[in-house]
Amino acid sequence: MLSGFYKQPEMGLGQKLLHINWGLVLILSMIGAIGVAMLYSAGGGSFDPWASRQLVRFGVGIVLMVGLALVDIRIWLRYAYAIYLVALAMLVSVEFFGDIGMGARRWINLGFMNVQPSEVMKIAVIVVLARYFHALPEEAIGKFRYLLWPMFMVLVPAGLVLRQPDLGTAIMLLMVATAMFFMAGVRLWKFGVLFGVVLAIVPVAWQVLKLYQKRRILTFLDPESDPLGAGYHILQSKIALGSGGLFGKGFMQGSQAHLNFLPEKQTDFIFTMLAEEFGLTGGVVLLTLYGFVIVYGFFISLHAQSQFGRLLAIGVTATFFLYVFINIAMVMGLVPVVGVPLPLISYGGTSMMTLLVGFGILIGVNVHRDVIIGRSGQTDSL
Amino acid sequence: MIRDQDRFRLFGRRAVLLAGGKLMLFSALAARMYYLQVVEAERYKTLADDNRINLRLLAPPRGRILDRNGVEIAANQQNYRLILVSERSPDVKGTLDRISKIIHLDDYDRRRVFKEIRRKRNFGPVTVRENLDWKDVAKIEVNAPDLPGVHIEVGQTRFYPWGEATAHLVGYVGAVSQKELTGDPLLGLPSFRIGKNGVEKIHDESLRGRAGRSEVEVNAVGHVIRELSRKEGQPGDELALTIDMGLQEFAHKRLGDNSASVAVMDIHNGDIMALASAPGFDPNAFNKGVSKDYWRELIGNNRAPLTNKAIAGQYAPGSTFKLIVGLAALEAGVITPAHTTFCKGYVQLGNVRFHCWKKHGHGHLDLIGALQQSCDIYFYDIAKRVGVDRISAMAARFGMGKKLGIDVPGEKPGLMPSRGWKRAVLGKSWQLGETLVAGIGQGFVLSTPLQLAVMTARIANGGRAVVPRVVAALSEVASKDGPDGSPLVGGVESEEPPKLSEFEDIGVSEEFMDVIRQGMFAVSNSPRGTAYRARIKEDKWRLAGKTGTSQVKRISMAEREGDVLKNKQRLWKDRDHALFVAYAPVDAPRFAISVVVEHGGGGSTAAAPIARDIMREALKRSDNKKSKAPKKVAKKAQAD
Repeated sequence: MLSGFYKQPEMGLGQKLLHINWGLVLILSMIGAIGVAMLYSAGGGSFDPWASRQLVRFGVGIVLMVGLALVDIRIWLRYAYAIYLVALAMLVSVEFFGDIGMGARRWINLGFMNVQPSEVMKIAVIVVLARYFHALPEEAIGKFRYLLWPMFMVLVPAGLVLRQPDLGTAIMLLMVATAMFFMAGVRLWKFGVLFGVVLAIVPVAWQVLKLYQKRRILTFLDPESDPLGAGYHILQSKIALGSGGLFGKGFMQGSQAHLNFLPEKQTDFIFTMLAEEFGLTGGVVLLTLYGFVIVYGFFISLHAQSQFGRLLAIGVTATFFLYVFINIAMVMGLVPVVGVPLPLISYGGTSMMTLLVGFGILIGVNVHRDVIIGRSGQTDSL
Repeated sequence: MIRDQDRFRLFGRRAVLLAGGKLMLFSALAARMYYLQVVEAERYKTLADDNRINLRLLAPPRGRILDRNGVEIAANQQNYRLILVSERSPDVKGTLDRISKIIHLDDYDRRRVFKEIRRKRNFGPVTVRENLDWKDVAKIEVNAPDLPGVHIEVGQTRFYPWGEATAHLVGYVGAVSQKELTGDPLLGLPSFRIGKNGVEKIHDESLRGRAGRSEVEVNAVGHVIRELSRKEGQPGDELALTIDMGLQEFAHKRLGDNSASVAVMDIHNGDIMALASAPGFDPNAFNKGVSKDYWRELIGNNRAPLTNKAIAGQYAPGSTFKLIVGLAALEAGVITPAHTTFCKGYVQLGNVRFHCWKKHGHGHLDLIGALQQSCDIYFYDIAKRVGVDRISAMAARFGMGKKLGIDVPGEKPGLMPSRGWKRAVLGKSWQLGETLVAGIGQGFVLSTPLQLAVMTARIANGGRAVVPRVVAALSEVASKDGPDGSPLVGGVESEEPPKLSEFEDIGVSEEFMDVIRQGMFAVSNSPRGTAYRARIKEDKWRLAGKTGTSQVKRISMAEREGDVLKNKQRLWKDRDHALFVAYAPVDAPRFAISVVVEHGGGGSTAAAPIARDIMREALKRSDNKKSKAPKKVAKKAQAD
């Protein structure tokens, strides 16, 4: 770690571009292309209304991602709390001024675009936690009181999101935070305690949940109990998946999807459609591509010189993993339906932006992996 | 930095744990996929096909009903229905508003549509209107872009081009009721109709045909995407009746406003040429479900338009029964044809006086004269001699007192009383006076117009027990696998009608029968005959008949004392039934006829002229049969 003693030379743009993980960009683009193809099928063999718009968004998103990758991660470090506070302020304001869509108060209108503050918060929590643990002395990790503040910083937004109500995002915030606590070195037994506490508050939480949320969970536990009502979605999804078999029914041949038995085939249930049309083979190929992305995430994380960079990378990777896992497990009936989209494939700009911004930061970590950052955040060069 | 290296090592260990956990979870996903898509694949494929494929029954076209010359009596008509699929029409009210600007749509229709949509919870098609004509169909098609979720469907509706004229005989079809469901899936089709009355009911299963099947691919809301396979059903058998539609129509018109019925029969083979009952009803009104108003009108009518009086009306045969009484007396040997009686207007039995219809009496009469003038005293006398049991036995040989088994539902047996019958049913012994009353066809004696026609036919044909039939042939219709599913109509395979010699001989001596026939001839052809004024004047068609007037209300002593009220002075329901039976032509008989006019008054004035006209028409048509029979197919196209 001799380099730390020297002033780090500023990296040129060319050098930065060289350090971008073009392999990762390629894999992400492949996933995006699969998404566009599936939306083309969902539209009944037409770019309208979904595929074309998704393609444009994805193009914009990729450029944004590369742009963000060039941003020095010390910028994120410096503005971590500012970003977090802005996100928190938006989350609070959505409580009062948000637009109601699909029965939940989630959107905030900025005039030129609609923003979902909970999505901004997903990134903000990663950045702020990375910032906090980066600065925390090793000994402090072991002390419970130093964990109170980061827990507070996670629980407040998670609570606000739950109020919207958006159970999926709240769970993701908590789980990503847990992963980061874990990676920061919090003692394992504390997770055991946490697990116990969670089990204890489940009966209490049950009272707080909205009726539709309760029903989803009940339906998950026994989908056949109400095949035409609440269990309809998950049952039809399983039928679609299962009937796809080993090699699927062929592109645009999925009867369940195309005859509208499959609900929301362009958003939450798009994996079902893919698995119906391309079978187990298609599903495993996509899962493998997602796996590569996660491997890249770990690779970048482990190669970062700073704890901040490592935690940033692991946070983004964990977020991505959770998207993939929750969505696919959900459409296969392994977890309750919570409304988490399939990353880079489901139709919709919000989650795509979150993810591509996240990947921008992730690649940025790789580009700036050798930047040494002191605990206080004051680096030699900046 | 040392610290940081420790931290990095810890980070590395934890990263391995985290990555391991993620790998496990991904493996779980893959395992689940394997389970669903490989292990359980077959089950889910079946479920997906169950979702996707809908088996639909294709209603076969109902067999047509034709008359003896191939004239359509019951046919199938294209029925254009306006269908609204509410889930594809975002604004049902607006759509209905627009429809009502194009075609007529009343409030009742609108309310029904909304009700049905609510009941079906926005799923599936709703019929907005049925029986659209071509103009309306064209208007709807032109405006289709403004009418989302609206389309025209073609179905088939039963149609009776002759309406009232065939209503009782052919019956009608109607929607299947809950208790008529037999498990045949065909009956569950919402638009399926089954025979509810008449020949339509008796031969329903033959007319129905067998259902075809169509496999269609449907989407989640049940909208048909495409047809996967189709198997046409077997159209219903075609039914040829013995009826001559021209004569039937004539008879129906001739009965007019009377509450009356007529049966015309071929005396050689039992073919029913016409079987009409008046007043009638519109069978076409029953296909769609009869309206409340019309139903109330039918039920409220005291002339019972829904009853087929020709087979279900039971009347005292009155003087027409004297033919039987005469035969019974002759065969029993209690009289000879030359036997005479003196009629002074009444006869005393104990302290009861039995009157002749002619107050001051007929004087001396033999059997032929007694028939000719329908003297009651003569038949009181011979009935007393022969006894009621032998009269009843003779009547039974001529087809009375039990059902004849015609292929029309609702036939009644009539009643031929005997000593045994009275003891068994009423628990009383037979009175001699009742024999006298039976001798003039009153009292317990009951018969249907059809039985009277059969009796007459058996007298005319020399004592052969012809049985009436209305169905000449049932023929299978070739099934055709055409895309429109229209049947390929085969010709009517006419079965050979039964020959006279095939019928059982009643065993009454031809000599006695001839005396009775001479009496009938005299009724209609000698100036003193009761039906002389209603004779057929053409020599080749001359008829031989017998009038009958059956009392509905007992004539009281008080009325006897004064003048018996004329029929016209009485209330309609108290007036006598008028009857007339006849066969013609007298030289070579072909047809037998019976006419009963309820509360018509006298048989000679109310029934005989009707019978004469219908008989004349039957003979005329039969003579003209070589020339082409009129076909009234054009009427079908105009009808609604």
